[in-house]
Amino acid sequence: MSVAEVSPLSPAPGSRVRAVRDQFHGDLLEISMGPHHPSTHGVFRMVVTLDGEIVVKLKPVFGYLHRNHEKIGENTTYLASMPYTDRLDYLCSMTNNWAYALAVEKLSGQTVPERAEYLRIILAELTRLLNHTCLAGFLLQDGGCSGTPLMYAFREREKILDLFEALSGSRMMCNYQRFGGCRVDAPPGWLEAARALADNYGRFLDEYEELLTGNEILMARTQGIGRLPARLAVSAGVTGPMLRAAGVAYDIRKVDGYGLYPRFGFRVPLGDHGDTYDRYMVRVLEMRESIKILQQALRDIPAGPVMDPKARLRGFRAKPGEAYGRIEGPKGEIGFYLISEGGPNPYRYRVRPPSFINLTVLEDLCLGHTVADTIVILGSIDIVLGEVDR
Amino acid sequence: METPEQIRDRLLARIPGAAVSVVVNPGPAAQHSLLLGAAHAREIAEFLRDDPGLQLDFCSNVSGVDWLDREIVETIKTPTPGPGAGPATFAEQKIRRPHPGYLEAVYHLYSMALKHGPVVLRLRTADRRDQVTLPSLTPVWRSCEFQEREVFDLFGIVFAGHPDLRRILMWDEFRDHPMRKDYAEPDDYEWEPTPHGDVLAKAKRHYPAAEPAASVKGEAKP
Amino acid sequence: MLGSGLLQGLAVTAKNFVGSFHDPARFVTTQYPEERTALPEAYRNFPFLVSESADDPIGTLRCVACQICEKECPPQCIYIEKSKDKKPDANGKMQIYPAVFDIDIAVCMSCQICVEVCPFDAIEMDQVFEIAATDRFTGLILDRGALAKPNRYFHKIHPQQAADVDERLAAERVAIGKKAQAAAKAAVPAPPPAEPGSQPRKAAPPAA
Repeated sequence: MSVAEVSPLSPAPGSRVRAVRDQFHGDLLEISMGPHHPSTHGVFRMVVTLDGEIVVKLKPVFGYLHRNHEKIGENTTYLASMPYTDRLDYLCSMTNNWAYALAVEKLSGQTVPERAEYLRIILAELTRLLNHTCLAGFLLQDGGCSGTPLMYAFREREKILDLFEALSGSRMMCNYQRFGGCRVDAPPGWLEAARALADNYGRFLDEYEELLTGNEILMARTQGIGRLPARLAVSAGVTGPMLRAAGVAYDIRKVDGYGLYPRFGFRVPLGDHGDTYDRYMVRVLEMRESIKILQQALRDIPAGPVMDPKARLRGFRAKPGEAYGRIEGPKGEIGFYLISEGGPNPYRYRVRPPSFINLTVLEDLCLGHTVADTIVILGSIDIVLGEVDR
Repeated sequence: METPEQIRDRLLARIPGAAVSVVVNPGPAAQHSLLLGAAHAREIAEFLRDDPGLQLDFCSNVSGVDWLDREIVETIKTPTPGPGAGPATFAEQKIRRPHPGYLEAVYHLYSMALKHGPVVLRLRTADRRDQVTLPSLTPVWRSCEFQEREVFDLFGIVFAGHPDLRRILMWDEFRDHPMRKDYAEPDDYEWEPTPHGDVLAKAKRHYPAAEPAASVKGEAKP
Repeated sequence: MLGSGLLQGLAVTAKNFVGSFHDPARFVTTQYPEERTALPEAYRNFPFLVSESADDPIGTLRCVACQICEKECPPQCIYIEKSKDKKPDANGKMQIYPAVFDIDIAVCMSCQICVEVCPFDAIEMDQVFEIAATDRFTGLILDRGALAKPNRYFHKIHPQQAADVDERLAAERVAIGKKAQAAAKAAVPAPPPAEPGSQPRKAAPPAA
């Protein structure tokens, strides 16, 4: 099979730092940022060609965490693939589980009881809260804040993780959704604890914004940096807060109306400039909308079963066919494409990873900016290598 | 949104001679797809993106699928009337038709402008061995850039017209295409004793001198 | 004023810093291992096998070596070998038992699917995480002896779940008893009509 022809600027395998002489610009420096790097959100490598401090060319290189999750999915039953989906975007296991369960339910035509749908929405919004809180913390950490906003974010995240632990048994690898509902019902006292958390989260966000949003250094480092035009965002398949910061109003919770989202009143924040500061602000505003959804869901959750009574745990088989199911995960559109031939394992199991596709525009965003800005831009794209590489 | 049949009819009217057919998806999801021939695929993709009624500007997902060579067996029962007024006997005839395998690229398209979807496109290669080229749709939707690279890397479909076709998840010197159904994984990976007898047996063949630790369930191993 | 955002931020960090000395909401460090956080009941980490009696954990395992957990385990970390003989279980029925039951906890991801699919409530989730070993090949394979723990222990770590399981098993036992009673009644032939006073009344056949 063909390999792209080697241009004078493309990295030779094995090179770490070399100076490349180009006939127009003088010396260009090519460095490899990563894969061992504290700020690249995982084992991620960027081969950056610099003219002084300005980025002239940037090629992302990943695959260091590739575990061939899709092949494992072909050799595993539908149920046994559920714990593997926890490990895709390992910060947001509840939404990964829901996307997979939704795809399988579309494939097999199962229905989900109302209480389970409410629980799924509550957990998805809690996941959105913890993901965006983490992102704000990590973005500031990458920007050089050496940990203080990150630790405040993690302190609040621990409260949400405690809720997940009390419900599903595990903080991060929850393995909680099943085809036709949720695995177990909430233990006594859980809903009250969740209500208390949702009511207090607004105060934490106020304090966090007091720390960050008006901070002059943050504004200087993120405003005008990494501007993403809306046309490029749509063409490049960017989804999630990154797309909405560019001004495109596309939120799968509103467009597809999956689960019971049409019952809840919430707004979708949009950005005006598409730069890094907008991506940060859109996430903060989304957190406030998530709190609203949480309060509504926790107020209205009905009693009832959490699992479809006709659903079988073992020996689940879907009729031959295929289905693509997607949800609005905290990072973007996470979807699963499943082809079934009627057997216990799927014939084809494909994950549509939002972080992977959002990285398409990394080079476009970083060109013309300095090296320090690439770190901040990468931080605002919000990638998790478990999802990028699968 | 239009049904796949309506889209097919409009495409055939606009681009006569294009190979467009509807692939019915059995099962409850009912997401039927359009099978496109390689010759006019890019033109059709541009039409789907720019047509004011469809405006499918968002290519959400590009998947590769590997279909192995199969044999389709059709059983034809011909009745022959029995003696007198007796019951008819059936003579069975099995027709075996080889169905050659191919690689497939499946595109899921949505519209951000009109908020509808999905429209599913399928492109199939001629076979799995040497005619594995398909037209790249990256010039139409930029989101195909990394995803088509991944399909090339893991399945081996060569996308003609892709700006930068090289491996993305596996390292550059890797030789095979891992997601193919007939991929044989190497068995000389680093081994360690596990309760699984066949892993141990496989690994022992490569390291005959080093015996596994004696206390690993010596009693009952096959 | 330029820098007011920075000063505001510094005020927030000062509030958190000072608060961490007296406000429990801001001071969130647990001095492990002297202090331990209370784990919720649902917390799960590695499975264990339930035995009925604490005196003979291996002999009174609920497990009947049906191998369903072995098949359903996603990373295939369970290895079971059936016994050649049979032993009576808690209901008195002769069942085979696992001669070998190994779980490789270097591979196990505590997903809990083995617990969900077990029809006999024989395997449940433990809560141990302080089981570091010095030898990663043999020290991290838990065999039957290390996995067998009594039902008393199950009640200690998962009180509500253990109570539910016990209730279900007791109901099953009652149902089995009723079925056996009905079967025994059908098997015994009806006694011949006796002259009054000639024979003492027979007692009802004993319940199985």
